[in-house]
This record gives sequence, structure tokens and C-alpha cells, in this order.
Amino acid sequence: MDDLSTIADFGLGWLDASGDHSEIVLSTRVRLARNLQGHAFGARARLNDRKAVLGKMHEIVPRVSGLRETTIRDLPKMEPRTRRILLERRLVSRDLVGENGDGPQTGTAVVLSHRDPVSLMVNEEDHLRLQTLLSGLRLQEGWGLLDQLDEELGRELSYAYHHEFGFLTSCPTNVGTGLRASVLVHLPALVLTKEIGKVLQGLSQVGLTFRGLYGEGSEVVGNFFQLSNQTTLGKSEEDLVDHLDKIVRQVIQYELQARQVLLRDAAGVTEDKIWRAYGLLRHARSLSFEELMNLLSGVRLGASLKLLPGLRVYSLNKVMIFTQPAHLEEAAGRELPPSECDAHRAAYVRRILSTEGVLSPEVDPSEDDSPEDRAG
Amino acid sequence: MMCDECGSAKAVIHLTQIVNDEMKTVHLCEKCAAAKGLETEGGTENFPLSDFLAQMGEQESTAVPDVVRKDACSFCQLTFAEFRESGRLGCPHCYASFEPHLRGLLRRIHGSTQHVGKVYLPPDPTQTELERRLQVLRRKLRRAVEKEDFERAAEIRDQIRAMEPAGGGD
Ligand SMILES: [Zn+2]
Ligand SMILES: [Zn+2]
Repeated sequence: MDDLSTIADFGLGWLDASGDHSEIVLSTRVRLARNLQGHAFGARARLNDRKAVLGKMHEIVPRVSGLRETTIRDLPKMEPRTRRILLERRLVSRDLVGENGDGPQTGTAVVLSHRDPVSLMVNEEDHLRLQTLLSGLRLQEGWGLLDQLDEELGRELSYAYHHEFGFLTSCPTNVGTGLRASVLVHLPALVLTKEIGKVLQGLSQVGLTFRGLYGEGSEVVGNFFQLSNQTTLGKSEEDLVDHLDKIVRQVIQYELQARQVLLRDAAGVTEDKIWRAYGLLRHARSLSFEELMNLLSGVRLGASLKLLPGLRVYSLNKVMIFTQPAHLEEAAGRELPPSECDAHRAAYVRRILSTEGVLSPEVDPSEDDSPEDRAG
Repeated sequence: MMCDECGSAKAVIHLTQIVNDEMKTVHLCEKCAAAKGLETEGGTENFPLSDFLAQMGEQESTAVPDVVRKDACSFCQLTFAEFRESGRLGCPHCYASFEPHLRGLLRRIHGSTQHVGKVYLPPDPTQTELERRLQVLRRKLRRAVEKEDFERAAEIRDQIRAMEPAGGGD
């Protein structure tokens, strides 16, 4: 595949489980939508609009210090598997790679940094989508990074801007700040205690929205939820970001409380579920991505409750990315039909879990009071 | 995999729930998921516009005369009816072309029509634009200082300095 080794942390820095509350918050993403004057937006852009926008970016990127160590990669020239890998690493959108149609459109490109966790999509729904992806809960930091980059770009480009409506975007739901901040949180205990509905309902009352983690189809899997601001106009970027930060911290507290309730009222059941999930992952010979994600959710909960000591959250994060189809194919060096894909996935998980220094079930302290064991 | 709810569309949302101590995964299509208040990634990134547009259709079918529906943006030729269909505007000029109608829509979506975030300076800014930008930058600076984010404060101070009348070498 095309070489991705020059991208900062291979574009995977957001997995490293650093940052605030990384056991519950997988990652923080902030993006800004920007458009250039004088050109039709994405869906309505003609070939010459797209080429002009891309040409402009080729011209200015070398002058922007925030983008000094970057490469502009044209999507149509990329190998299909590389595009899918970037998608699985959340560095490009489904829309940009043209997953739903016939591949990427002319003029689509992604600017990837060798140094910073920022990337820039060109000729998506909006002419430019600036994004940063960080590990843990780091909203203010993410916004700060983008704000700086946006300042520089704004000096080089003629943004489409309206004195009343702010930064103009293809979709009116993005207009104003063009800012969408989202935090990917793992909320298994709220799901297990059936409190999740209330929490999610509450979100919409405070101007936030949620969706699932992308997956093979962008489905909600493994009790991961992405919380983000719903409106983009009428509040400053700082207010939007601080508000989301405040609410996410509240949700984290609810999740921690729910975990205590589980341990108090259903310790046996919880522990059993976690060990079963671990056992399946440790030994299964075939795993669909969806099954993996659901089992991983239990194991992740076990790791952060210290019921599965020795398992690092980082390894679990890595499993989520490297068991997606394009990553498995890259590792295998060839295309994999779905059945083989499931087998390769299971093998990858077994390998990680066996080298991760997780204790074997024999060391499980709760086994003291087990009635009998097969050893006899 | 088909939707558990309607059985007639492809399931794209898989939600794990606990029912009577059993872990159960419910598979839902986009429509049924939306009906339950769940949304897919593609869906919420740009969040349900269709409701607003449908509402608008009801409320304004009498208010928006046919002439307006057929009105097209002078730059990209998108008609208002096409916008209503796709939920996407065609170009920056569309905001001026459809301004009166958009204002109502934006208020319903965002609760406001006035941008209060970053102020972008066009190459040839007016005095008002310069003042508004300075005002917003000073607000940001105050905030950064309050949070003791001094690195950020320094960046913003640089931006403010860059706006002060020429005299320093650039
Ligand atoms: Zn359905
Ligand atoms: Zn237009």
C-alpha cells in the first residue's frame, strides 16, 4: 500500500489511551467546516470548482507553518485499500472515499501531518474539513490546535463568510462556527443498568446529540457513543466546546456510579459476563467485527474495573482498529473474503491477548471458592 | 442482516441491551433506529434536517409563493425546491439568494441566526469588521487567562497584535 509511515503516529496517536479519563473516553475529535468564495459546494461543485479548490490547496499548503510537515494525498490516486485504512483510522470520511458509490470523486484529497494530530479533507461536502483527533478527553486542546491552523489558512484563502450567518457551509446545520466537537465514550455500565436511555434523552435537552462508533456500516456497537454539539450557530466556539466538556464529565460520573452499582448489586453476574467475554475472545476461532466489539466492551469494562488485571486499555483500543477488514487484509497481504476475515480477526485477537501479559484464569482470585475444578 | 423491527431494510445499527439479565443485541435499520432516537454516523454528522424541512413545507406551503419556490440562486442556479429536497445549499451565494427563508430555518435549527464565534476578516475589511474581530479576540484572551492557559493566551495576543495598525515590521 501507499506508505503511511510518515504520518504522525501513523495517524493512530488517538489510540494511545493518554489524556483525561481514557478508560471511558476513547477519543476527542474537533472539526471545522470551511468553504472558499466563488465555488459551488461539494455536491454541486463542477469539475473545475473541485480542481480549483485542490489547486489552491497545493499552492498554499507549503506556506502554512501549521501544515509544514504534511503531505497532500489525492484520494483517486490512492490504492483502494489505503483509502479504507485511512477510513478505519478515522482520518477521512466515508463521504470523501466514496464508499457508498464508485470511489472518490475527482479533486478529493487529504492533507496528513507528519507532526501533529491534524488532518484536512479537501472537496468533501464542504471544500475544507479541518480535523483533529486526540486520545482521551481533550476538547479545549483540540479546539486550540484547529483555531491556530484555521487562522493561518484564513490568511491565505478567501473563506465564504457572512456577517450574520458566519462561516457558510453546504448544510445549514453546520453554518456559523462550522464546528463539530465529538467525544467517543464507552458506557457499558449505563447500558447494563438500563440508565442509558435517560442519559441520552437528557443530552438532547442540553443541545447535544449522539451516535454510534463507525463500524463496517457506521453502526452503534460495543456500547460506544459519540457525543457532540448539535448546534453550530449563535454560540462561540469556546462556549460550544466548554459546554460539551462539562456534559461529558457529567456522563462520565454517571457511568462511574453505574459501575459501582453493578459491583454492589450484581457483582457475580458482572464478573461472569466479563470473564465469559474474555474467554471467548481468548479462544474463539472466528469473530465477526460486531461480535468482537460487543465482547471487547465487556473486557474493556473488566480491565477498567481491575477485574482483568494486566490488560491495558491501549491494547484494547488497538484491537478495535487492527481487526477491521482493510487492516486485516493489509496484514495478510491479500484480499480476504468475509469468512476468512472473521478467522484472521479471531487469530489477531488471540495473539494480542496471549502476549498482553494478562493473567491466565488460574490466577483468578475468585477461584478460591469455586466448588470444584476439572483438575480433580 | 435485516432490521429486527420492520424486517424489510438492512440493519445498520446494532445496539446491545440487557433485558432480564440477558445481553441482547437489537439490529435496526436507519429508519427504525431514528424512530427510537438513535442515529447513524452519516445521519447525525449533519443531523436530521428532513424534519425541519418537512415542517417548513407544512407551515410555509402557503407562505412561500410559487415564484419563490422556482427562484434560483443566481450563482449556482439551485432552486429553493431543490434545496428543500436535498437539504444542501449549492454555493455561498445561496445564503444571500434565499436569505429570508433561511433565516427562519436557521432559527429553528440553531435557536439563533447571529454568528458570535470567530470573526473572519476579508482581504479588505471594514472598520466595523475590524472592531468586531478585536472584540471577539479580547473575549477569547480573557477566557484563556481565566483558565490559566497561557500558551493559548499568547497565541491570541499575537493575533490581536497582528491587527494593530502597521508600524511594526511584518
Ligand atoms: Zn426497520
Ligand atoms: Zn447558490
